[in-house]
Amino acid sequence: MNGIQKAVIAVDGAKVSFGAVKALDGVTLRVMPGECVGLVGHNGAGKSTIVSVINGGLTPQVGSVASDGERLERYGINAARVRGVRCVFQELSLCPNLSIVENTRIMHRDLGGFGWRTRAEKIIEQSLDTVFPGHNIGSSRAVGDLSIAERQMVEIAMAFSDAGIAPRLVILDEPTSSLDASLARQMLDHVRRFVAAGGSVIFISHILHEILETSDRIVVMKDGRVVAERPAHGFDHHGLVEAMGTVAKEETGQRSSREQPTAPLILSHQAAGLSFTAHEGEIIGLAGLAGHGQTELLLALHAAQSSNWRPERDPLVTFVAGDRRLNGVFELWSILRNFSIASLGDLSRRGLILAQEEETKGADWKRRIEIRTPDLDNRILSLSGGNQQKVLFARALATRARIVLMDDPMRGVDVGTKQEVYKIIREEAARGRTFVWYSTEMDEVRLCDRVYVFREGRIMDELAADAVNETNIIAASFSGVPA
Amino acid sequence: MTPLLRLFGKPWIWSWLASFIVWFLTIMVTLGASTIGVSQAALTFAAFSVIVGLGQMFVITLGPGNIDLSVPATMTFAGTVALKLMNVENGMILPGLLATIVIGLVVGLCNYSLIKALRIPPIIATLSMSFIVQSAAIWTNRGLRIKPPSVLADFATSNTLGAPNVAIVALLLSILAWFLLEKTIYGRWISAIGQSMPAARMAGIPVDGVRFVTYLFCAVLASVAGYLLACFSGGAALNMGSEYLLMSIAVVVIGGTAVAGGDSNVPGIWGASLFMFLVVSMLNTYGLGAGIRLIMTGLIIISVIMLAGGRRAGMR
Amino acid sequence: MTFRLSSDAMRLAIPALSLTLLLAAVFWLQPRAMSYVGLNLLFNLAVPIALATIAQMIVMAVNDLDLSMGTFVSFIACVTATFLRDTPVTGVLILVGAIATYAGLGVVIHLRNLPSIVVTLGMSFVWGGLAVLLLPAPGGQSPDWVRWLMTVKPPLAPMAIVASIIIAAVAHLVVMRSSLGVLIRGIGGNPRSVERAGWSIVAARGAAYGLAGFFAVLAGIALVGLTTSADANIALRYTLLSIAGVILGGGEFIGGRVSPIGAVIGALTLTLAGSFLSFLRISADWQIGAQGAILIIVLAFRLMLNRLEKQEKGR
Repeated sequence: MNGIQKAVIAVDGAKVSFGAVKALDGVTLRVMPGECVGLVGHNGAGKSTIVSVINGGLTPQVGSVASDGERLERYGINAARVRGVRCVFQELSLCPNLSIVENTRIMHRDLGGFGWRTRAEKIIEQSLDTVFPGHNIGSSRAVGDLSIAERQMVEIAMAFSDAGIAPRLVILDEPTSSLDASLARQMLDHVRRFVAAGGSVIFISHILHEILETSDRIVVMKDGRVVAERPAHGFDHHGLVEAMGTVAKEETGQRSSREQPTAPLILSHQAAGLSFTAHEGEIIGLAGLAGHGQTELLLALHAAQSSNWRPERDPLVTFVAGDRRLNGVFELWSILRNFSIASLGDLSRRGLILAQEEETKGADWKRRIEIRTPDLDNRILSLSGGNQQKVLFARALATRARIVLMDDPMRGVDVGTKQEVYKIIREEAARGRTFVWYSTEMDEVRLCDRVYVFREGRIMDELAADAVNETNIIAASFSGVPA
Repeated sequence: MTPLLRLFGKPWIWSWLASFIVWFLTIMVTLGASTIGVSQAALTFAAFSVIVGLGQMFVITLGPGNIDLSVPATMTFAGTVALKLMNVENGMILPGLLATIVIGLVVGLCNYSLIKALRIPPIIATLSMSFIVQSAAIWTNRGLRIKPPSVLADFATSNTLGAPNVAIVALLLSILAWFLLEKTIYGRWISAIGQSMPAARMAGIPVDGVRFVTYLFCAVLASVAGYLLACFSGGAALNMGSEYLLMSIAVVVIGGTAVAGGDSNVPGIWGASLFMFLVVSMLNTYGLGAGIRLIMTGLIIISVIMLAGGRRAGMR
Repeated sequence: MTFRLSSDAMRLAIPALSLTLLLAAVFWLQPRAMSYVGLNLLFNLAVPIALATIAQMIVMAVNDLDLSMGTFVSFIACVTATFLRDTPVTGVLILVGAIATYAGLGVVIHLRNLPSIVVTLGMSFVWGGLAVLLLPAPGGQSPDWVRWLMTVKPPLAPMAIVASIIIAAVAHLVVMRSSLGVLIRGIGGNPRSVERAGWSIVAARGAAYGLAGFFAVLAGIALVGLTTSADANIALRYTLLSIAGVILGGGEFIGGRVSPIGAVIGALTLTLAGSFLSFLRISADWQIGAQGAILIIVLAFRLMLNRLEKQEKGR
């Protein structure tokens, strides 16, 4: 029998790019009925992009999506739902102000009519009982009142619930991240039961032994491509970690070997897990899977060193945002104003802004880091993403702060700009500035002198000097593997 | 871009243009005979809206959700207390003004303390504060109508070189506000906070301090407006502020300040304030009632926000 | 399973407690108020305020705010005292048109992504203008059936109490129990997930505004029934009172967290605050101030409880 004929969902040669970044570079993935596919890969491997393609949230620029042997031209969220594709996201996809029953009503559109409450209650409780026997969650409670684990349980049960359209393919994106061992066990058992009954599951997790024992087949992704695909018994922990890394790429090279820090300590912070320290002139990397507490540490470092009430003449830290739209650029302003906002203290006398000095300094930095614009008075949004990011770098570097905190600032920046910024960072570090750099890209982490690896909100490992390499970082980011 | 086109790109030009047209239509009824009278009246009454509007503009610039609903109550309370304190004595004018400013500072302080301590949205904080201040005003007033000191009353109702004195005061305050916004760090900071509070915090701006000062400033301007209005109208009345609740927001919006925050506009406040008064007097001149005037005002506000919303969407 | 108060119950407990305390204080100061007539006097004006508060609450459930509530209720009062009495058919048509306008506002606000505060601010001038056109000077007369309805003396409890209970029950059914209510609150809570499930948010927002308009219309009619005549400024205070009532009743500005029963209790509390002071022999001057103070105290109380709850969760 033909594989495509049978597949619940078959994605063929999907290519998706966001600007210059190739998120998917020709991915082919088929999910058969009665199969659990494990999907692993480090940050930026393209896991969440392929998930979006499958659940209809994203249409690939090249490639096709087929279901039950039928090529789907107009595939969208609703088409996916009708075909029984369900998804459990890492972020909350329920309404926190509504009760569990009411959320069930929202999720299943055709549940309406008199007495819907009883029907919804039955559906969701049945599903909860099946997936998590003895769960103890009253279905009249508001989702916002639940603990994180309970909320996750409801999300999972919601995905497996059946109100007319039976679920056929359930995508679980890090479903066990907030469940304890016994609950995770229950869920994995249910996945096996569901699969045995002919359902399909795509399972994403950073806990490798879960993947290894639950999946029938494991797909390893890297840089928007599928780099390995084998039945689960064809892998072991070590093999998976190796498959996620670069198979044949010389490890060292980019990082110029620098003297290890004997420089004075400039900042220390008691974080969860290992304690955090920073020395003068050091480039410190924060690594691990995205969203495991790196940004929180940066925010805590920033909050501890800055005041919300009084203006500070000499701040110790400054911040380069990764999410430019959320906490980086001021959209209504010119490039110059965006650049100067953090160093206005140095550009003013008694609160009065010295326009001349502001312009001089702006022009100076425009030259130094080559912001490509005819006029600094143009609006910031007239710049490309990479150049906006450069402005944010210039903003931080132009302050007198001794420590620069960077929150994965290179997301979506083109390669040329990246190289320029790396050079500036190295120069500034040589002058004694300290950089704390959260990055989701392995190439950047390798530029650091010392790396803290995060897992589940804690600093799990510290790597220094030659130990900073891809294998070690991946090993420390995924549990179940000795570092 | 020619200079003329650039002029039309300014958000405040529309309110000025509108008020000029209305002004022209009004004076044409009497074939120009009422020019001076209409202009002086417009400047006088616009002055009060300008002073209150300036404060409200600073607050609105702080971003979505920031609005000061205690403005009318503060005006009434300040006017009442000041007149009572001065007790028709010319020697007490300065203490009266000082008391006014202190009232503004106290109301602003309470407003921001509520916002911060109870972590409630500014709307509800300033609303509950306005209830209390309004009561304080009623209690102080007790139905007595005390006249302002003669010197002050004369000052508030007369002209210098043909321009009403209150308008000159408003102009000076506007210049101060413009200077603060355009030339000082403080101005940059409130604009930054209005565009994105997280970004402002991460850029090292003392967000709480700046917001606190802004609420103080708004309340002080409101109380000064109340002081002047009470002197102008020959005594404080309990409902003298009520008109200014919606007015203060309306002049800010019509004047071209971004409702979503971050972008303020001082000249626009003048254009809008003049316009709001002139529309009334034009419709009166043409014999149309207050009803039509209110409806037109409302429709204008809604069209302004629709246009502004559309413009912004088009830019992206 | 241990007994645990859900946050919905918590939300109701505080307003209910404040109302009980206030009522107890009033009875203690003035035992004669503990009678049919006394209660009617205390809560007489609560009915229109409660209706307006419900209307405001529905708008707040979709994360918006209605600054035109006061002028809208005034306008409806003017319509009731003129058209609805003299030419009932025209009157009803006008009222239906007003509700449709509200629904239209909801759609426009959503489609053009406008700030609801400014749009309703503009509308408040429009409604005010229309009211002035209808009744330039105080006047008009309440239709007889409205007057009868508001002054009828049911057995056991006075009309004000009975009406409040009915309002709370109906609003609870519509907002908390029906599918539409769930949808409206869902939009306030997490619009993305509602959209993902395939609902039309525009239609739901329009429905929310229309529903709010309906309750506001009832508020205007009830008000005229009590006052017998109307004027263009009759209900200007309702804008602020309705917002305060929702907040007092445990509602929140964003997140779709509202409680109809709480809102009615909030409206009753605000009404009672004035009477309480007069019984204390504090001058009526402080009546509005007391409403402000009660608002602040209840909010502080709520913050305290929230903190306690959080501490408990953190354990």
